[in-house]
Amino acid sequence: MSEHEHSSSRAFYVALGIGLLVLTAVTVKAAFINLGPWNPVVALLIATVKATLVVLFFMHVKGASEKLTGVVVVAGFFFLAILLSLSMADYLTRSWR
Amino acid sequence: MEQQKNTASLGMWLFLVTEIMFFGGLFCAYLIYRLMHFNAFAAGSQSLDIRWGAFNTAVLLVSSLTVVLAVRAAQDGSRKQLVAYLVITILLGLTFLGVKAIEYKEKFEKHHVPGPTFSFTEKFDDNGKQIPVASNEAELFFSLYFAMTGMHALHMIIGCGLFTVLTVLAWKGHYSPGYYTPIENAGLYWHLVDIIWIYLFPLLYLISRHS
Repeated sequence: MSEHEHSSSRAFYVALGIGLLVLTAVTVKAAFINLGPWNPVVALLIATVKATLVVLFFMHVKGASEKLTGVVVVAGFFFLAILLSLSMADYLTRSWR
Repeated sequence: MEQQKNTASLGMWLFLVTEIMFFGGLFCAYLIYRLMHFNAFAAGSQSLDIRWGAFNTAVLLVSSLTVVLAVRAAQDGSRKQLVAYLVITILLGLTFLGVKAIEYKEKFEKHHVPGPTFSFTEKFDDNGKQIPVASNEAELFFSLYFAMTGMHALHMIIGCGLFTVLTVLAWKGHYSPGYYTPIENAGLYWHLVDIIWIYLFPLLYLISRHS
């Protein structure tokens, strides 16, 4: 099995790095536009896109020959999602008491 | 060999998942308290300097790029490039910490550090409307600010230390295209610390500018 199998070219990594910097500029710009309740949504969506790109390509999860790594990553973020969504489901609905 | 390498990354990922849950707890606390004391959290967030935050985000993203290029150099067996990329990564990490130190110094000068001398007189700028906020609620924001950025900075310091050791070993020629697991795993750690900042930046600096 080739050592370079799950690694991309330098040019691809540099392009991805530039893309991440552009997304950072976009999210800063968006923060100064009044989108009402959508400001946090937009900021966190862009952050999630950036984080996903880092996980998939910089951390070599996409194209990893071991599929179990992907399962562990998804499970990790899934448990974080449970923590956040159940906590928010509680606190966001307390005004109904 | 391939199986050994897979096992090493899998183990590293299991550790990183515990880190995700650790910081996840802090994120969760931040979201809940922001919900409960929205005006004070927005005012505290608006008092942060967005330029330093954006600059540090860019620094960390570039350092992630140099880390992945270092891994690539290790795969190619290019010792000089590997050492060069590791050194650049450490320098970028130290730049981040330096900027953080400037920001912390400013917080001390403004008495925005939680404790007996804490004082917060800024108002929440709600699209031009100035709303006064309770100082003790703003203190809560800064407690979480220091807990989150401080814990992140500690991870950065550990990362810089790790890479310093790896640079020395790489210089001595410990790594080859057949064995570079420590570079790969330290890289995974560095990327995760980067991801945590990718979320800290909008949560602390951005989402309360306009809302």
